[in-house]
Amino acid sequence: MKKTLIAMAAAAVAFTGLSAPASADGERFVLVSHAPDSDSWWNTIKNAISVAGDQMGVEVEYRNPPTGDLADMARIIEQASASNPDGIIATIADFDVLSGPLSNAVAKGIPVITINSGTQEQSKQLGALMHVGQPEYDAGKGAGEKAKAAGVTNFLCVNHYITNPASVERCQGYADALGVELGGQMIDSGQDPQEIKSKVMAYLQGNPDTNGVLTLGPTSAHPTLAALDEMGKSGAVHFGTFDLSGEIAEAIKSDVIAFAIDQQPYLQGYLPVVILTNLARYGVVPGNSINSGPGFVTKANIALVEKYAGEYR
Amino acid sequence: MADTQATAAPQKDERVREMSAARKALIRPELGAICGAILVFMFFVGIAGDSGMFAPEGIINWGTVAAQFAIIAVGACLLMIAGEFDLSVGSMIGFSGVIIALMTVQWGFPAWFGILVAFALALSIGALNGYLVIKTGLPSFIVTLAFLYILRGLTIFISIATTRKTIIGGVREAAEGDPLAWLFGGKVFSGLFVWLADLGIVGKFVAGPKAGQPVVEGIPMLMIWAIVLIVIGHILLTRTRFGNWIFASGGDAQAARYVGVPVNRVKILMFMFSAFCATIFATCQVMEFGSAAADRGLLKEFEAIISVVIGGALLTGGYGSVIGAALGALIFGVVQQGLFFAGVESSLFRVFLGVILLLAVILNTYIRRMITGER
Repeated sequence: MKKTLIAMAAAAVAFTGLSAPASADGERFVLVSHAPDSDSWWNTIKNAISVAGDQMGVEVEYRNPPTGDLADMARIIEQASASNPDGIIATIADFDVLSGPLSNAVAKGIPVITINSGTQEQSKQLGALMHVGQPEYDAGKGAGEKAKAAGVTNFLCVNHYITNPASVERCQGYADALGVELGGQMIDSGQDPQEIKSKVMAYLQGNPDTNGVLTLGPTSAHPTLAALDEMGKSGAVHFGTFDLSGEIAEAIKSDVIAFAIDQQPYLQGYLPVVILTNLARYGVVPGNSINSGPGFVTKANIALVEKYAGEYR
Repeated sequence: MADTQATAAPQKDERVREMSAARKALIRPELGAICGAILVFMFFVGIAGDSGMFAPEGIINWGTVAAQFAIIAVGACLLMIAGEFDLSVGSMIGFSGVIIALMTVQWGFPAWFGILVAFALALSIGALNGYLVIKTGLPSFIVTLAFLYILRGLTIFISIATTRKTIIGGVREAAEGDPLAWLFGGKVFSGLFVWLADLGIVGKFVAGPKAGQPVVEGIPMLMIWAIVLIVIGHILLTRTRFGNWIFASGGDAQAARYVGVPVNRVKILMFMFSAFCATIFATCQVMEFGSAAADRGLLKEFEAIISVVIGGALLTGGYGSVIGAALGALIFGVVQQGLFFAGVESSLFRVFLGVILLLAVILNTYIRRMITGER
């Protein structure tokens, strides 16, 4: 009993020590994403907000629902606005779920900038200052147009985050650009690399005429690379992907991946912090939303990108 | 000799051990949870007292989260006392929500009808869970684990097959003015909060169309449901014959059968109650957020079980209390949200959550062992 109490007291002390933020005087912003813990892509955004936080002398907290449950994300936004920060940065992963909490935060007088998922129209509707992101359907369509030019007729869209509507929009845009029905060509791959690899291999074995692959991020791109390698199809299938990582950069250099669509997440994390800080200090704010992407990374411009893949790109 | 014994008997039955009122209070299963709740509150008042956590808006925030846990914990608690688990709770939340959204948005039925259909389906799946456990004699862990996958897969399948999306929106509009929907998504006592806002106790919105309204609109129906379920569950368990049957079924099912307890019926009913609670959770969520998604309720089954275990129930059945489970839900909610208010770095957040949960359960078990002398 006594030992347990001592342990609890020790834990309490440890918490208090860790919870005291370093910069006490700076403004405090909260970034709420929809990404589950397992999603490594968000690391770039975490790096971006820590750089921006240091440069601006402000404190930026990163929050996310551990399982990716968007109803939990809505609670986190409510919680963020209850703690009265100087600004909230959030993704619009699902407008229905998040419009209530986000517009309430706006109504409370908290400046809100939306990033990543969602559209500029939705952002305006919420009363947010602006949206910093990449229009998903258009990005998918852009990828599809490149694939069509390369002669793709049957494709596979490996969707590792099927419960996010934006992910389906990417596949839809790609399919529309090719003029192909989406249907079974989009697979729900799950998040586990081994499962993704097996599913991709099974699909390609079952549909040998597939000549184009689209993956929606490193989570699905890496196992797909492994699957193609194992089947001896590396380079034989037109392979496009969203987002960047070290492996993806390597694959672009060795002609396995034709292009990566970079939505420049760094800007999605960095710009809102800078903009909110300037708004809080000097009352200045850009009047329009900002498109952080799509930017296509191909063999031609890979050298520039490669150095920072996974960290700042 | 016989005479004296007969006259003495009514005052003092040798089969009943004397126990002081204090000791009686101490062996209650929820004692650990009460201590835990007090410690957790003291802790957060200490480190996050001025962060907005204990302002009305903050209280509603963690209160809502705790109420969510409580709703599924009540079902899990009664089922666990009856000696079984339900791991399909989380999937059931996603499933029921999608059914309601499909019925109302996709097929245009009135919301009340969609809600009733969802409850009917959930109750039958709960009954099926129970029936399979009883009939096959398999552990409920396995049977409900199967349903965890069956329901989740089915949910994703039917939502993609019918709408090509995994999130079905527009339920709020479809449920506008519905006679049943407000019971789940509404907020009550809004007049009280307008009054409190005028007094300056609750803040007001300063911008947009809501300007001038209080930041806390009312008590969400989710909390009312949690309280109603806790009260009903507690009375059922401690004041009725059926409550005794639940304890008996979970304690020693065979012995219970010998004395005429309908163990099978009790267990199946408890599986149905667990599904019922999950559907209440789902309906509240769908009505509040206006959409249903195939991945709602992920891992909620474990959160329900954790709440119940913090609340002092035994994993082996036959022992526990609804009040304890409710306190467990409160601790869970306060810790989960409180660490945010305290500004704890988010990746460490779950480490702390785990540590606090572990400490609470250890404390709980320790107190119980010390007091009951159980080994």
